[in-house]
Order: sequence, then structure tokens, then C-alpha cells
Amino acid sequence: MPARAGAALRDAFLSALVALGLFGVLIGLKTESGPGSLVLVARPWAVVIAVGLVFAGRLALLAWRGWRPAGTPSPRRLVAVGGRIGRVLAPLLLAFALSLPFYAGRYWMDLGILVLTYVMLGWGLNIVVGLAGLLDLGYVAFYAVGAYSYALLAQTFGLGFWTCLPLAGLLAACWGVMLGFPVLRLRGDYLAIVTLAFGEIIRIVLLNWVSLTNGPNGISGIPRPTLFGLTFSMGGGPGTVSHFFGVEPDISQRVIFLYYVILGLALLTNWVSLRLRRLPLGRAWEALREDEIACRALGINVTTTKLTAFAIGACFGGFAGAFFATRQAFISPESFTFMESAMVLAIVVLGGLGSQLGVALAALIMIGGSELFRDFAEYRMLVFGGALVAMMILRPRGLVSGRTPSVSLGTAKQISPDLIAQGRG
Amino acid sequence: MPAPLMPASLLEVRDLTMRFGGLTAVSSLSFAVRAGEITAVIGPNGAGKTTVFNCITGFYRPTAGGIALSPPGGGTLALERMPGHRIARRARVARTFQNIRLFAGMTVLENLLVAQHNTLMPSVASGLLAVFGLSGHAHAERAAIARARFWLDAVDLAARADDPAGALPYGAQRRLEIARAMCTSPVLLCLDEPAAGLNPRESEELSTLLRRIRDGAGGEPGCSILLIEHDMGVVMRISDHIVVLDHGRKISDGSPAEVRADPAVIAAYLGDGDDDDSPATAA
Repeated sequence: MPARAGAALRDAFLSALVALGLFGVLIGLKTESGPGSLVLVARPWAVVIAVGLVFAGRLALLAWRGWRPAGTPSPRRLVAVGGRIGRVLAPLLLAFALSLPFYAGRYWMDLGILVLTYVMLGWGLNIVVGLAGLLDLGYVAFYAVGAYSYALLAQTFGLGFWTCLPLAGLLAACWGVMLGFPVLRLRGDYLAIVTLAFGEIIRIVLLNWVSLTNGPNGISGIPRPTLFGLTFSMGGGPGTVSHFFGVEPDISQRVIFLYYVILGLALLTNWVSLRLRRLPLGRAWEALREDEIACRALGINVTTTKLTAFAIGACFGGFAGAFFATRQAFISPESFTFMESAMVLAIVVLGGLGSQLGVALAALIMIGGSELFRDFAEYRMLVFGGALVAMMILRPRGLVSGRTPSVSLGTAKQISPDLIAQGRG
Repeated sequence: MPAPLMPASLLEVRDLTMRFGGLTAVSSLSFAVRAGEITAVIGPNGAGKTTVFNCITGFYRPTAGGIALSPPGGGTLALERMPGHRIARRARVARTFQNIRLFAGMTVLENLLVAQHNTLMPSVASGLLAVFGLSGHAHAERAAIARARFWLDAVDLAARADDPAGALPYGAQRRLEIARAMCTSPVLLCLDEPAAGLNPRESEELSTLLRRIRDGAGGEPGCSILLIEHDMGVVMRISDHIVVLDHGRKISDGSPAEVRADPAVIAAYLGDGDDDDSPATAA
């Protein structure tokens, strides 16, 4: 035992040494704007704390590994537990989302809209990445296509939000097919790189096609959505919601309306993907993720099947984009950087590929969480990165891994994640 | 001794040649698969058996030669010009793989339903309409499940219908792959080493199953079988017709008894110094 304790101490000491090398400069020195120029402020105490934390953490980890009780739950049991929790958690989350406007203030409503937008994007991308197993790093392109479709159609032809919403989805789906045709013969990493490039191409075109998109200045004055033709204007004149219902005009009415619109859109995405999973098309997507060659041998047209996944995923991205445009009333290429694609993909991977509940939870944690940590500004990314590393160690297949069969003769059993393929494109 | 009534040939392979760069895996191979029979393709390792299979099922495009399928309904299809998924769909040639390719993360039943994709979803449009409960999907799904049940019973996997395919024991995975291929309603079933890794009792059961597939039972029409196999016990027991390949060429062709007596076959399997003057060219 003393030998093992000594080895653990040495290990922890080495970890602390590495931490010192890393944090010594990163945390130990801070630039502050002094009189005239920047000055370096040394913060030895912060380094001591960070290194101490690493030392203690490493020691605790090793201790736990050494005295781990026998019979640690197997992944299979964790999956079963996950399934049970899901049945309770999903309705609770839905009830919470539906009732939020009744007690939440303006700040929380705005945060709710933001989270729901990412939930919707996550669910849309989940069709492509989670079900069909095609790694798409340029999902933001379809988001941008949707947003610009609405903005341009509304400004050029004076069409309303509800007319443009399906058009934006359709246009995004068309772009999905256009991208899909040449690139779907690529697999895995190659597909990822090409979709990444596609996302950037769309952004750069938007940035440079000034006569159409107004370039980096963006498009402003995008019309707000209406409720059956009633606007949410602050003036309160005839034809506004407040006039029609005889209430005082209030900015929160529009926010609440927007909140319910995005909630409805997100739930539509969820419903369609859940429904598709139980239909031949969705089953073919999952089969494609599991084994493409076997699919071909069974007479499934691999290209069309992949294209439909791309198109439907893109379509929901387009819907979300149109919503984004109408909510912000201003869009510019700045909003559609690779960072957004990465964020949505991180949500899908963290939530668990193919899991609807997992994606919703991950969006809540990632977007809501990073919003809550805003006060800690400089440590926010550190916490975020730490959380990601912890997740990948503890639950490498995402928060809610495992898969519910789409059809069963007897009782459906959860399928353990180690059997499920992750798709190589 | 030819059979009194010669059945019509279902599949005709004529002068099939497959080259990979400078390597000739199969060279001007011709043979026929007769309807309602079990035809075995045997040969030493690297003789080009799997290459022939990949050409027939559209995974490779042959360098030269033709593969003609004459399904019972009439007409002739040139398989060498069709892409893989259309061979399975239009020509109804189903296959299994040497290294089992199941959808491991999906249940046994789902595996069998994916196989019926084309009957369940005639077009993308109908697949999308089904989202809104249109296009009479529920009825088709019930029929597909009934068909899956039939094959589950046939391969003795009904009790494991809701288990993930990847969790089945090896022998059961082999049987499931055959059942999945049969769910596509094929006219020709191509099996790549179905008995590999099976114990004697399991290969006995496999022989019974294959005979049953050939003859048809329980309302299922009979299906011709083309198989690659190394287990000579199984091959000799169930084959009606055997084609022997070595170094990409056909060295013998006939009934099991004829092939067993053929000196060229014995030489190929046991090795013969004088015969082996050509370099090993098969993949």
C-alpha cells in the first residue's frame, strides 16, 4: 500500500508540474491597462490555486481508481436508467418550456428563445449526423440560407414571415441537395472537410455579393412576424395585437409570441424526426449509418437516401434561419461563422447522437450554461473546456446514449451504445 | 448423367474477366446457374470466388464479359451494366457477406424491415407523405412485419426479435443475414461462405435451411442459390451443381460426384507440382 501511495503521489506531483508549466504564464501573468501603456501584473496566488487543484484532483482520481468498489454499474445498466429518466424528464421539460412565459422575465425569455433556436438547430442536424451518420461541419450554411431567404424575400417582394418560412425551408433544402449531389460520394473526414468548406463559401459569398446582400453591413429592418395579420407594433393603432385584444401595447407581447413560435418550430422538428425514425426512410438512414455496403446489397439507393437526410436536415436549418432573421430584424454574415456550426455539432455530440432528449439537454446546458457563467467572463471557456473533457471521459457517447428500437414485437428494449455505429459518412 | 428434365438457366456468366490493375482475378469465366438449384462455387483461397460474387451483385464492374439474369417472369437483364442497389431491387439478386454485415445497433426485426425498404417505400415522395400518415403506410408495415415474422420463424430467431443484432451469437448472426436477404424476395440468393465458423450441428441446420429456401415452403416461392463455401461436407450434401475455380479460371463444372472424381480438382486442392507453372494471379 505505501508503494502505491508513493506512486500516486509521484503521479500527482508530475501532473502538478505539467499544470505549472501550462498555467505559470497563462494564469500567472495578466495584462492590465496602466497609465499610458499595458502593464503586466503577476498573480502568483492564482497559479498556486490552479496547480494545487490539479494536484489534489489527480490524487483524488487515483485514490478513487484504487479503491473503486466492486460492481461499478455497467454501461448497459446506465443505459436502462437513462431510458427510465428520459420518460419522466421529457414531459417535465416540455411542461417547463410551455409554462416559462407565465413567470419568466424579459431576460429569461430572450435566453429561452436563444436556447430553443439551438435546440431546433441541434434536432435538425441530428437528422444528418445522428440518424444518417453523415458528419456535416457546415450546417450553419443552411441556417444562413434560411435567414437571407427570408430577409431578401421580405424586403424585395414584401412577403410576410409565414409565407417566407416554408420558402426559406425549401430553399435551404435545395441547397442541401445541391451540396449533397457532388459530395455524398465522399466519406467520413473528407465529407466533413467539404461541408466545412461549403459553410465558409456561403458566408464569403454573402460577405462579397454586396449588390444583393449588402455585404458586411448586413440587412436591417427585416419585418417582424405577425399573428394572423396583426402586428406587434408599439403604436397600438388599428391592426395591432394590442388594439385587437384591447390591451396595453407592451414589448413583452412580441417576445412571448416569438418564444412560442420557436417552441412550435422546434417541436415540429422533433415530431418530424421522431416520426421519420419509425418510417422506412428513417430506418434506412439508421441502416446507412450502421453499414452502407449492406444497404446497397439490400437494394437501398444510398445516394437518394443520403440526399433526403441532407435535404430534410437543411430544411429545418432554413426554418431556424428564417426565425433568426425575423427575431433579430437584422442579419449580417457575422452571425454565420464556423463557430455556429461547431456549437450545433457539439450540442448534438454531447447530447448523444440520435437522441432527441439528449440534444435538448445539451443545448440547455451549453447555451444556457455559458449564459449563466457570463459573470465569470475569463473562466467561462475554462469551465466549458473542462466540462467537455469530463463528458468525453465519463460519457463518451453523449448525455443520453443508447437507442430505442423503432418497432418491436414484444417490449422494446434500449440498445446499448457500444453496439451502435457512429457512421463514417 | 444429365437430369431427365434440364431446368432453364437463371443466371449466365459468360467470359467474365476482372482485372485490378495488372492483376487478373478472374479470367474469361463462364458458367450457368439453373433455376431451382443450389450451385456452389468452390476453389482454394484466392481463386477469385468472392470477386465473381462482387461482379454478379454489382459491387465490381467487370472488365469484360457479360452476366445475364433471366428471371422466371421472362426477359433478360444484363447485370454487368447495373449499379449495385438496382441489381438487388430490379433483378432481385440478394447476397450475404463473408464477414457478416448486419445493422448491429438495430434490432433483429428492424434488420428485416430495412430489407423490405423498397416494398415499404416505393418512392421518396411516398416516404415523405408517410410522415403525415398518408400513402397507406400502416397497412404495408403490417405486411412487412408479417413477412419478417415468417423468416424469423424459419431461421429460429423469433424469440430474439427485439434484441440488437450485434448482441446475437455468431451462428444466429449468420442465420439472420440469410433471413434478411430473403426478406428482399430474391430470385437468386448469393451466399458468401455461410457455414464459416459454424459448428457441425449448426452447419447441419444451415443445410436444411438452404434446401428449404431452394424448394420454397409456407407460401414462399423457391429461390435459386449460388454459394461460395469451404466446408466440403455442406457443399457435397446440398449442392446440385458445383463450379470449381482456381487462379481465376474454371477447372471443373458438374454434379458433386463428377467434381469429386475430377483429377484437376484434386490437383488444385492437394497441390500438384507439374500443374502449377502459372504465377498466382488471383485476389
